[in-house]
Amino acid sequence: MSYSASELLAVMAARQLAGVGSVFAGVGIPLLSAALAQKTCAPHLIIVVEGGSIGPEVIPGRLPISTNEMRVAHRAQMLPSITDTFLFAQRGSLDVGFVGGAQIDRYGNLNSSIVGPREHPKVRLPGSGGANDIISLCRQVIVVTLHERRRFVPQVDFVTSPGFLGGGDSRRKAGLLFGSVSRVVTNLGIFGFDAESKAMRLEALHPGVSVGDVTANTGFELLIPERVATTEPPSEGELALLRSLDPDRRFL
Amino acid sequence: MRSGDFVEARRRLEAKPRIGAEKLTTLAEAVRRVKDGDHIAIGGCLFSRTPLALLSEVLRQGRRGLTLSRNLMCYEGEWFMAAGAVEAVVTSWFGIGLPWGLSRIMREEVESGRIRYEEWSHLALGLRYRAAAMGVPFLPTLTMLGSDLMGIADARTMACPFTGETLCLVPALFPDVAVLHVHRADRFGNCQIDGYPHMDPDIARAATTVLVTAEEIIPEDEIRRHPDRTVIPGLVVDAVVEVPYGAFPHECYGLYEADVSHFDAYVAAITEKGSQAIREYLDRYVYGARSHREYLALFGDEALARQCRAARELV
Repeated sequence: MSYSASELLAVMAARQLAGVGSVFAGVGIPLLSAALAQKTCAPHLIIVVEGGSIGPEVIPGRLPISTNEMRVAHRAQMLPSITDTFLFAQRGSLDVGFVGGAQIDRYGNLNSSIVGPREHPKVRLPGSGGANDIISLCRQVIVVTLHERRRFVPQVDFVTSPGFLGGGDSRRKAGLLFGSVSRVVTNLGIFGFDAESKAMRLEALHPGVSVGDVTANTGFELLIPERVATTEPPSEGELALLRSLDPDRRFL
Repeated sequence: MRSGDFVEARRRLEAKPRIGAEKLTTLAEAVRRVKDGDHIAIGGCLFSRTPLALLSEVLRQGRRGLTLSRNLMCYEGEWFMAAGAVEAVVTSWFGIGLPWGLSRIMREEVESGRIRYEEWSHLALGLRYRAAAMGVPFLPTLTMLGSDLMGIADARTMACPFTGETLCLVPALFPDVAVLHVHRADRFGNCQIDGYPHMDPDIARAATTVLVTAEEIIPEDEIRRHPDRTVIPGLVVDAVVEVPYGAFPHECYGLYEADVSHFDAYVAAITEKGSQAIREYLDRYVYGARSHREYLALFGDEALARQCRAARELV
């Protein structure tokens, strides 16, 4: 069964939502993952989209390209203001948030703002959007990203979205009382964080991927346990459902 | 005005006359209330309910030295940059949409230091408008803490006086002018919005001057029959103009879907010709069109009808 890196990401991220009640999802792979989870491991999942949509249904073949357009309002349960949508996260009603970023470091900090020096950026990226709020306020956060060495850097140039900051209890000390980055899902494997140091740790490899493949694509030293599990490859059923949502392959 | 200066902001509102008066006017008259150097808060979000007719008129009237704020800034930000009309943007995200990648124009302007990009998180910017809407100098939140956004924006931390926990404080943002596009309003400026409210109700209360375009002006009796649907009361509005398709080619919930093919062509032209493409675009769609009717004629009736049909299928 062949599948693309995006399809693998979407399936693996969807599985992380087993039994989850509500997910804060961005457009693209996160929204597809959430929709797939509804059809597989999380039938009662409420999708929340930051533009102000609670419980929308994804229309197969008519995927949104932004978080705040009519396509993300389809059969929604409520359309609150953007500010109020995020206040549901601040209050604690959102179980899982999905985020990504241009850079991620060993403590799960993400950068989607500035590459290079702050005063004279080499690249001015679009900015946080809701990523900072999602990682600060949701009960758990799953980072979903392609695994590339230029992305997995020793230290992000700019902390747009705080993971575990400098590791240890520095996240809590900064005042971030709730939530944490619980997983990083990439096209190579699944990663977690050490309970004490909060450094990133390999948890499972996807089928056909070696530890060497992971370390070669990671710009910092990962914690690698002695025995590493291997994930179940995407099933035919999962892929068929996923592809039915995005028949034109706009995101997959 | 200092960040969060709620006393000064309140005095400015109190100095305004005739709250209950009729507000119906023209685009040109409405926009004459905008001054050089003003901070303009833009309603809608990304390409949803963007008040493009009002923004085009601000450019036509040649305002300079502006600051623009909007939580997700779309290509209207590029227009103001190319026109040399803006000095700073206050936002949490600047782009056109996922399929089009980074904004090349924004990159050039910000990386060269010509434009100041002040970044906040979505919620932080939303709470800045809300604090202003509440008439208070700041609001506490649990977001932005620990991030480098704290260093580039004027947010502060404090120990909560009740619990001792660390809080992020965001200062109220009192825009000089709010520009908004709504579904319907009466001649007194009572506004109703369908679908996503975005941050518009807060922005309207936060600003000193509020300019609104409406798809439709309806009788006051209609508003009074469904007052629960009014999200912006006329008492905070200064000018209202009937402008059908006032957000086109951006979307207006239930009425017309965003014309993505137009964005494709827009970005393709920039990819090919850089900032020259935007100047040509402005010459054609903004300066070249003397009215919104002339502007819409550039798209043609068939494009309008197609996007209306697409919208009806979605809601």
